[in-house]
Amino acid sequence: MTRSGLRGVSRRRLLGWTGAGAALAGAGAVAGFAAGESASDAPPDPSGGVVPFRGPYQAGIVTPAQDRLHFVALDLTTTDRRAVISLLQRWTTAAERMTAGAEAAPGGAVNRNPEAPPSDTGEALGLPAAALTITFGIGGSLLDKLGIPRPPELADLPPFQQDQLDPALSGGDLCLQACANDPQVAVHAVRNLVRTGFGTTSVRWSQLGFGRTSSTSTAQQTHRNLFGFKDGTNNLKAEEGALLDEHVWVPPPQGPSWMVGGTYLVARRIRMHVETWDRTSLAEQESLTGRTKGEGAPIGQAQEFDLPNLAPDSPIGPDAHIRLASAQNNGGAKILRRGYNFVDGSDGLGHLNAGLFFVAFMRDPHRQFVPMQSQLARFDKMMEYIDHTGSAVFAVPPGLGDGAYWGRTVLEG
Amino acid sequence: MSRRILAAGDGAKRSSTVVMGAALAMLALAACTSTAPPPPGQGGQGGPIQVQASDTACEVSATEAPAGNIAFAVQNSGTKITEFYVSGTGDRIIGEVENIGPGLSRQLIVEVPQGGQYTTACKPGMVGDGIRAPFTVTGNTAGSTSQDAVLASAVAGYQRYTNSQIEAGIARTQEFVDAIKAGNVEQAKALFPVSRTYWERVEPVAESFGDIDPRVDGREDDERDPGVAWTGYHRLEKDLWVTGLQPDSAAMGDQLMADLRDLQARAATVALTPVQLANGAKELLDEVATGKITGEEDRYSHTDLWDFRANVDGSQAAVAALRPAIDQRDPALGPTLDQRFADVDALLEQYRSGDGFVLYTQLTEQDKQRMTQAIDALGEPVSQVAGLVTA
Repeated sequence: MTRSGLRGVSRRRLLGWTGAGAALAGAGAVAGFAAGESASDAPPDPSGGVVPFRGPYQAGIVTPAQDRLHFVALDLTTTDRRAVISLLQRWTTAAERMTAGAEAAPGGAVNRNPEAPPSDTGEALGLPAAALTITFGIGGSLLDKLGIPRPPELADLPPFQQDQLDPALSGGDLCLQACANDPQVAVHAVRNLVRTGFGTTSVRWSQLGFGRTSSTSTAQQTHRNLFGFKDGTNNLKAEEGALLDEHVWVPPPQGPSWMVGGTYLVARRIRMHVETWDRTSLAEQESLTGRTKGEGAPIGQAQEFDLPNLAPDSPIGPDAHIRLASAQNNGGAKILRRGYNFVDGSDGLGHLNAGLFFVAFMRDPHRQFVPMQSQLARFDKMMEYIDHTGSAVFAVPPGLGDGAYWGRTVLEG
Repeated sequence: MSRRILAAGDGAKRSSTVVMGAALAMLALAACTSTAPPPPGQGGQGGPIQVQASDTACEVSATEAPAGNIAFAVQNSGTKITEFYVSGTGDRIIGEVENIGPGLSRQLIVEVPQGGQYTTACKPGMVGDGIRAPFTVTGNTAGSTSQDAVLASAVAGYQRYTNSQIEAGIARTQEFVDAIKAGNVEQAKALFPVSRTYWERVEPVAESFGDIDPRVDGREDDERDPGVAWTGYHRLEKDLWVTGLQPDSAAMGDQLMADLRDLQARAATVALTPVQLANGAKELLDEVATGKITGEEDRYSHTDLWDFRANVDGSQAAVAALRPAIDQRDPALGPTLDQRFADVDALLEQYRSGDGFVLYTQLTEQDKQRMTQAIDALGEPVSQVAGLVTA
């Protein structure tokens, strides 16, 4: 399936369009890529196909992590609730179209009045859907602006030791996480949504990512972060339905009804001083991490997926990263990580502006992420090689049923 | 000046000349400024409606007139240069007189074929929204509201705006040049951003003459043919703010005046199309985004916000001229444009300093962010106008 202004007929048939001006009939027609599978237990093959846009949960969470990310945080430039609702409706339509491999709007990049600017920016013409997912989140500041009570889980994160947060890289009223197996497809999605938002939203910050650092499915190999280590070995996986219910999805008794089936997203932009890390001995690198660099096995074990020995006298040191971050060390708390590497050019001083854009999903950031990060900020020796430069928390509402739009249950009560 | 030159194609000129001819024949909407007495029968009781424009008041002798030709005689009894406007829905200016000096009288004849609510406004000091009052036009005169006629009247209306802006700009720029010739640097500096205002309002029209724009508004680092000197506003800007007046500064001033008169003569005969109006409105906002919010344009004087204001004025005038055509095709777009222009106006007012603005160098990064956001918000709906009027 390709985006093409010239080959719209086949795409329309595939999408089940009924004619010019007709709305998308729904993602059902394209869900054949994931026939008979729900979003939570056996996600679709992400190699280049279409990930269903609608479902009980938003896509882009337990969807097998795509290779590329473009994440954007936006601020409202209005407090007019009708304007926000109108934008979310237009966003939803455009996002559903783009995840199906279509252009952002009817008419698209080339098939329109030559005197008018094209309704799609065009750089994804001819590219496949590339497993594009667009995940929508709401910041606490948006709820404050519109007079909607914040769920307690959406309280601002406390400051952590050694935080180096830049306000220009933190927070945001809304977020859009676009993931795809083609960076151009992800950028195209964000760019067109940002354009749609002018007058109602403006970009606060945005982050590109590559080389997914976490596997979110047992079918995926574990990728490596820019320290050269496998990252996300012990992550929650799409196939672990019971654990996802326990740690990721908001259950009915918790918080407002509009968040049931949703989750909370914590984003941290972590600058990694790769130059100094690279001068560190292999033994020190492995000791700081708590895993071997090659296999990724816990220190003292042979295989990547062997369980780490976290007994007090184990070869994994008291301040090793995996011990401090482990569920055992954090009251059993687990999170679903979905981060990406980044290199944002260089820092003007001769070093790469490189790092990890940490993205994680969880039921309650304050019971799951905060204790974990408090431990890491205080005791993790790896902190000598990293700075947390950006931070944000977003409520990620549940997936959309037919006809629903992003945020409807929040804004219309 | 933008780095992209908008060329008015000959074919476009020919076809739109026909449209314009039709517009003038129908007199759907036209106004002119004149120093001659109005033809009998115009205005309220057979004579022009008197407007006493002071620094603080705008006394209009009648608040109602029948549809057709309406004549106003504007007397500036204040101490500031003033302007007088008659506008319709969406601040669509249907007639204006610019540059009325203290003690002077000017006459305005507005052609208003359709009855309804209009607004009169005096603008002492040429700033802000002016001193406004409602004005009622009763009855209707024959006039077509067909789409072609609406577009034709949009073009004719904008053409009048352009011509009056150029005329006023020549007068103010002459004062600027006179100050330079007199060696009065401080006065010339004060007049520099004011004299540019008119040019910046109609820049897309000026840019349609590819040779005038580089001569009037070129930058020092622009590429020029061998032997072609750097001339125009920015050359004089550098003289005033950086190098001091040069032996050829006076000659540069004379050259600028000659180029502006050249523009005036050519603009009077150019035939614009509705698409050129719409694209001009968009390009003026592009100018703001790339030339003014960046501080690129007025790099020596840092008076970029004057140009910002003028570019938005010009964009709004072009959009307002097209407003009836916009309303015919997409009733939702006009109110959005009104709101977004109002947002930009409100934002710019925060940077007022006296009759002018703060300097670019006084802006913070956050100020520039807010300006960028406001122009992005306005630029998207404005960019839809060209497609709409050709749909």
